[in-house]
Amino acid sequence: MARRLSNIILLILILITAGCGYNTIQTNEEAVKAAWGDVEAAYQRRNDLIPNLVEVVKGYAAHEKETLTAVTEARAKVGSIQMNKNLLEDPAAFSQFQNAQGAMSSALSRLMVVVERYPDLKANQNFQDLQHQLEGTENRINVARVRYNKTVEIFNGSIRTFPNNLTNQFLLGLKLKEPFKAEAGAEKAPKVKF
Amino acid sequence: MKKALLILLFFLFNLALPVWALDVPPLKGYVNDYAQMISPGTATQLTEELRRFEQSDSTQLVILTLPSLQGETIEDFGIKVAEAWRIGQKTKDNGLIVIVAKEERKIRIEVGRGLEGRMTDLLTGRIIDLVITPRFKRGDFDGGFSAGVSALIDGTRGEFKAEEKKGSKRSTRGPSLLTMIVIGVVGMIFVGAISRIFSAILGAAGFPALLYLGIPGIGVLGLILGAVAGVLIGFLIPFLFSSRGYGGGFGSGGGFFSSGGGGFGGGDSGGGFSGGGGDFGGGGASGDW
Repeated sequence: MARRLSNIILLILILITAGCGYNTIQTNEEAVKAAWGDVEAAYQRRNDLIPNLVEVVKGYAAHEKETLTAVTEARAKVGSIQMNKNLLEDPAAFSQFQNAQGAMSSALSRLMVVVERYPDLKANQNFQDLQHQLEGTENRINVARVRYNKTVEIFNGSIRTFPNNLTNQFLLGLKLKEPFKAEAGAEKAPKVKF
Repeated sequence: MKKALLILLFFLFNLALPVWALDVPPLKGYVNDYAQMISPGTATQLTEELRRFEQSDSTQLVILTLPSLQGETIEDFGIKVAEAWRIGQKTKDNGLIVIVAKEERKIRIEVGRGLEGRMTDLLTGRIIDLVITPRFKRGDFDGGFSAGVSALIDGTRGEFKAEEKKGSKRSTRGPSLLTMIVIGVVGMIFVGAISRIFSAILGAAGFPALLYLGIPGIGVLGLILGAVAGVLIGFLIPFLFSSRGYGGGFGSGGGFFSSGGGGFGGGDSGGGFSGGGGDFGGGGASGDW
C-alpha cells in the first residue's frame, strides 16, 4: 500500500518536473520570436525612410555624391540579405545580417556629419521631420535589440540548465539563438558636435 | 560575534555595488517636478487637466522633470522610466511621458505603442520643436508645459475611450485566487466522497498549480513540496466534512465560501497613483533648448 502510494507520488513529481521544462522552453522560444519580430520591424522602418532622406539631401547637397551613394548602396546590401528561417540559429548568417545593418548605420552617421555643412538643409522642415523620424527609428532599433537579447538570454539559459536540457535533448531539439553583439567599430563612430 | 561579522559583510557587499546608473525616481502623480521648473499653480492646473483626460480617454500622460541626467542619454533614461512606470492601460499601451532634464536642457516625449499611429515621431518632434522649445528658450517653462500638454492631448484625443467603471473592469479579469481555492476545496469534498485517493491526487495536482499561479517564481522544489502538501490536504478535507453529512454540511459550507469569495473579489485597493501597465517601444522624439 505504502509502496503503491509512493509510486504514485513519484510519478506525479516526474510529470510535474518534465512538464514544467517542456512548456517553459516553448514559451521562451515564442518570446524570442516575438522580440525578433520587433527588431525586424524597426530595421524595416529605417529602410523605408532612406529613399526620402536621400531625395531631400540631394535637393541641397547634390555634389555630396560619394556619401549619398554610400547610403543607397548600404540600403541595397541590407535588402539583398536572404531572411531565411534559421537566421536566429546560424551564427554566420546572423553576423552577416548584423554587419549589413551596422554598415547602414555607419553610412547614415557619415551622411549626418556631411549635412552639418549645409545650414539651409538643416533648417528645412522636411529634413527636420525626417531627422525626428530617423532618431525615433534608431531608438526603436536600440530598444528592440536590447529586449531581443534579453529573451535570447532567457531562452538559451532554459535549454542549457538541468533538468530542462534533457527535455530539449530528447524531446524538442531546439538550438541556441544568436544575440546581437557589440559592434566592432562602434567606438570610432563620428560624433556630431555643434 | 558571528552576527556582527555577517552584518559587516553585508555592508561591504552593498558598498561594492556600482552606483553610477541614474535611478528612476518614484511616480508621484501626473506631474513629477523633481527639478522644480513648474510653478505650483500651473502644476495644479496640469494635474487637473491630465486627470480629466485619463477619465475621458483612459490615456495616461505624465510629466517628469529632473535636475540632471548624470551622463545618461535622455533616450536611454526615457525607456528606463517607461519600463518602470508602465504608463498607459495594459491592453491599450496608451501612455505618454514628457521628460525634461534641466541641466542638459533636453526634452523627450515617450509615446506608448498604442498611440504611435496618431502621435507619430514626426508629430511628436514638431510639438517639441514648434510648441515647447520656443517657449523654453524664452524661459517660459510654465507656458511650454501647458502648451505642450494641450498639443499632446489634442493630438491623441478620441483615439481611446475609458472603460465604464472599475467594478466592471474587475469582473472581466477572470477568477481571483480566492475563488479558485474555494472551487478547489469544494471539488475535493465532492471527489473525496468517492475516494480519498482521488481527492489526494486532486490535491497533489491542484495545490502546486495554485501555488504557481500565486507565486510565479516558485520553482520546481516549491512545486514538489506543494504536491506533497496537496496530497495531505486532499486526505484531510473530506475527513473534516464527512461527519456532518453531505447534504446539509455541503450546502451551508458552500454558501459561506461563495459569499466570502464574492466579497473579497469585489474589494479594490485604492489610493496612490500608478501606471496602468502600458508598454513602450521606444517611439517618440527628443529635442533641446
